[in-house]
Amino acid sequence: MNAMNTHYPDPVKVEPVNRHTLAVIVDNEPGVLARISGMFSGRGYNIESLTVSETEAERHLSRITIVTSGTDAVIQQIKAQLDRLVPVHRVVDLTLQGNAIEREICLVKVAGQGEHRSEALRLAAAFGAKTLDATLSSFVFELTGTTEEIDRFVRLMTVIGLVETCRTGISAMGRGAEPL
Amino acid sequence: MGGEVMTGAEMVIRAFQDQGVDTLFGYPGGAVLPIYDALFHQEAVKHVLVRHEQGAVHAAEGYARSSGKVGCVLVTSGPGATNIVTGLTDAMLDSIPLVCITGQVPTHLIGTDAFQECDTVGITRHCTKHNYLVKSIADLPRILHEAFYVAKNGRPGPVVVDLPKDIQFASGLYEKPTSSQHKTYRPAVEGDRERIRAAVELMATARRPVFYTGGGVINSGPEASRLLRELVAETGFPVTSTLMGLGAYPASDDKFLGMLGMHGTYEANLAMHECDVMICVGARFDDRITGRLDAFSPFSKKIHIDVDASSINKVVKVDVGIVGDCASVLEDMLEAWRALPSRPDKSNLEGWFGKIATWRARECLAYWPSGTIIKPQYAVQRLYEACKDRETYITTEVGQHQMWAAQYFKFEEPNRWMTSGGLGTMGYGLPAAIGTQLAHPDGLVIDIAGEASILMNIQELSTAVQYRLPVKIFILNNEYMGMVRQWQELLHGSRYSQSYSESLPDFVKLAEAYGAKGMRCEKPGDLDAAIAEMLAYDGPVIFDCVVDKTENCFPMIPSGKAHNEMLLSDYLGETGVELGDVISEEGKMLV
Repeated sequence: MNAMNTHYPDPVKVEPVNRHTLAVIVDNEPGVLARISGMFSGRGYNIESLTVSETEAERHLSRITIVTSGTDAVIQQIKAQLDRLVPVHRVVDLTLQGNAIEREICLVKVAGQGEHRSEALRLAAAFGAKTLDATLSSFVFELTGTTEEIDRFVRLMTVIGLVETCRTGISAMGRGAEPL
Repeated sequence: MGGEVMTGAEMVIRAFQDQGVDTLFGYPGGAVLPIYDALFHQEAVKHVLVRHEQGAVHAAEGYARSSGKVGCVLVTSGPGATNIVTGLTDAMLDSIPLVCITGQVPTHLIGTDAFQECDTVGITRHCTKHNYLVKSIADLPRILHEAFYVAKNGRPGPVVVDLPKDIQFASGLYEKPTSSQHKTYRPAVEGDRERIRAAVELMATARRPVFYTGGGVINSGPEASRLLRELVAETGFPVTSTLMGLGAYPASDDKFLGMLGMHGTYEANLAMHECDVMICVGARFDDRITGRLDAFSPFSKKIHIDVDASSINKVVKVDVGIVGDCASVLEDMLEAWRALPSRPDKSNLEGWFGKIATWRARECLAYWPSGTIIKPQYAVQRLYEACKDRETYITTEVGQHQMWAAQYFKFEEPNRWMTSGGLGTMGYGLPAAIGTQLAHPDGLVIDIAGEASILMNIQELSTAVQYRLPVKIFILNNEYMGMVRQWQELLHGSRYSQSYSESLPDFVKLAEAYGAKGMRCEKPGDLDAAIAEMLAYDGPVIFDCVVDKTENCFPMIPSGKAHNEMLLSDYLGETGVELGDVISEEGKMLV
């Protein structure tokens, strides 16, 4: 082997970036969300969506659903970094488990008159959205669906007169009888 | 149940006692007065008053690293808490177990920008392994014991308990520590047997193996060092160590290749580059170790043992990752090695050791000797010769002197070498020496320092004098922030911007002003006698060793270069190389 003056080729860096949905069970204690989000920002990882709520009140457990993206190595590292936080019980990669159900809720406020108004109602019905509020010049719709469905709904409503959107981010669960 | 009723402040002291703490480093202030009052009424826990809170944390680090126990700190709210941040980060990066109690304003004032209020748990969240804000006296006993558990189990680290003043005054039931499992944090101790077997099978096929060991072996306890020595003896493989791991394997043994990495030896770095099987034990492929990543050890299969699962595959992809405590995994490895159906013949390694011998023959640590000026390397060598038969503990500051200490001082035992590796904190060495001396009252404790670093926490000399701690501060005084100057020489055309130590104090008078002994040595011929005088003095000493101002620290892997692209001292005939030319523009971007 040539010990000195070796010339190496440039590193091959074409690893694909994938989107993963992680379910993280944590103790519902003050600061736990800051620990998790701080780990992502501090280490330069990306959060696409974050949903958190207490799921088992008597055991003080919260379930956090995080959608993130990265190469396999980065995703592996994110899971290991989450797992070593003291209040974290479990980290489950729902994307690796495969075929998980993912849903988010979106509230959409549309304002307008005449033809736009009736078109908004027709589209909402086509998407299966619920009408939560109606005035003579506006609607508030609720749509539950996948991120892609909601994206499509919001795009259409933008044309008609969307004035405000609020989305919950993703909640996800594996299929079948087995719990997490 | 059947706990005892006491105040929160008393609980803190009682928990320390029940956790076996004998020494506490701290500085009082308004928000911790109740705890200082509780300290006043007992003698089991000795409080050491530092002169700056940063010093308290480094002292606790020195105490912890030299004794294997948890280091404890007590400081007040606001500035007391913000002053410990550097120390916490240092302990975080070097995996040192600490429990720090910070005072906080009373709970009803939190969030009002009260006097000496700061968001301590917010500020320290990123530089602690875990932290707590105690909002109810009922939670306090559990949190105190949990803090110790978290600090020392798994990968060790600092834990902060932020304690509002009203909770310190409140009364509640104190409970003793229990052995019940923590509900979430249960790090693996034992490694996976299958993977250990796979690792040993890989080792058995090796023709050019190397052990690459780190601070994890020290953190795991003396048993891990003993098992490492046993495994090396069984396998006959050579060993190199990171800065943090020095002492786990005896430097005097001929299988020891010296330290590796940016200022590691020629033989260690080339062995890493050319090995076919690398066994990484308790190290983390730090950038000071790997050099250019895509050229790191290109021919090897890699085994990585680490107690922290997130260390495995973090920067270098390995073939066999084993999550577990070093001692436990090494023991299982030994067992698996001995159970191999046919153990490989050690003569298989003769070619490899032959190659290592040719690298060693370069004598990469040789330097131009001088009869008129003290070479810094020579000073460390003479210090080592004078101390080698004693129970010696070395701490350092950060910079060239730190690397020379690592290269020329030989460590035979673990827990004898305390240095700031990950964070590179100037000002670490003196307080760390104080903590080390308190853990080892009869040991010889020396802070090998630079004249710039020592001034960052020089106030702690007052602490050393107060507690009659005979620490020796051995300053390699080159009147420069030497490592900064070296990099400016290499990367910035020798434009020594702000790296000259202007207006230095007279260190002899400075020592005397603090009530310590001051000495100055300028000639190589006087050095041995002066060192002997320093060692004979029963009290703290500042030894101002005036050394060659222009000496550089070699070997050196320049930024962005690989292990086999080391720069060697011009003593070895590597002249004609303009240092600034060897580093690419890309390399200059790196630190």
